[in-house]
Amino acid sequence: MTPDTTGGEITIASNDDVVRVRQLVRTAAAAAGLSLVDQTKIVTAASELARNTLIHGGGGSARVESAARAGRRPGVRITFTDDGPGIPDVDQALTEGWTSGGGLGLGLPGARRLVDEFELRTEPGAGTTVTVTKWPR
Amino acid sequence: MDRVPILKIGAVLLVSIQIDLEDQTVLALQEDLADRITRTGARGVIIDITAVDVVDSFIGRMFATIAAMSRLMDAETVVVGMRPAVAITLVELGLSLGGVRTALDLEKGMRLLGVAVPGADGR
Ligand SMILES: Nc1ncnc2c1ncn2[C@@H]1O[C@H](COP(=O)(O)OP(=O)(O)OP(=O)(O)O)[C@@H](O)[C@H]1O
Ligand SMILES: [Mg+2]
Repeated sequence: MTPDTTGGEITIASNDDVVRVRQLVRTAAAAAGLSLVDQTKIVTAASELARNTLIHGGGGSARVESAARAGRRPGVRITFTDDGPGIPDVDQALTEGWTSGGGLGLGLPGARRLVDEFELRTEPGAGTTVTVTKWPR
Repeated sequence: MDRVPILKIGAVLLVSIQIDLEDQTVLALQEDLADRITRTGARGVIIDITAVDVVDSFIGRMFATIAAMSRLMDAETVVVGMRPAVAITLVELGLSLGGVRTALDLEKGMRLLGVAVPGADGR
């Protein structure tokens, strides 16, 4: 069987899972034909979001898949899901420099800038899902 | 967890990052470096990231932390070999690393620290 270079799912339960997410996203982004700079951007965004899933969400998963768009080449989509505490104030969380503790408050707003599409769904007590997509140019 | 080796070349400590860094490895490297600087009295630290294809906020913050820490211990830190794609991404991420000295490659980094470069002519 040939390895699937376009996607997969990774459980995020420890620091080395964050590294695994980066590696899978890198492979998928290269397979999708993203430029080297765009590969680096989506891998960096994925690293930030995977760390948030681990630290703030108490662990979860990342699903990497090919994203379709009519008449254009497919892109890379990553969905981070956790069953953690959720985010009470999304606008605040997306504000540069805001952190609930310890960090620089850079991960969410930074990841948002590095991708083409960014969607955050969360509910206090019911977990968080962040979906990001990058398209080849 | 892997550990990043620290080499001593004269009065300079050289850290060449050849692995995909996980957060624990980053924290261990900061501690190892602080320890080595005090024990060796090194005057400079070079962090070579030529082989690093992703620098996220955690790794970027390590450069700033090491630079600040080494300064307190009378040693200067230079980060060398940052790839163009990494530099572009770091700026867009919002991490400009203002307090961190950089050089394009190892040789330029050594010169910046005032270290004679073996094999290079004396220009
Ligand atoms: N998956 C999540 N579950 C719960 N809260 C989250 C999640 N992701 C982010 N947050 C909240 O949003 C805040 C902002 O996140 P962001 O990644 O921007 O900063 P940070 O993680 O605190 O610091 P940095 O990423 O710079 O290390 C976090 O401090 C946290 O309170
Ligand atoms: Mg974060």
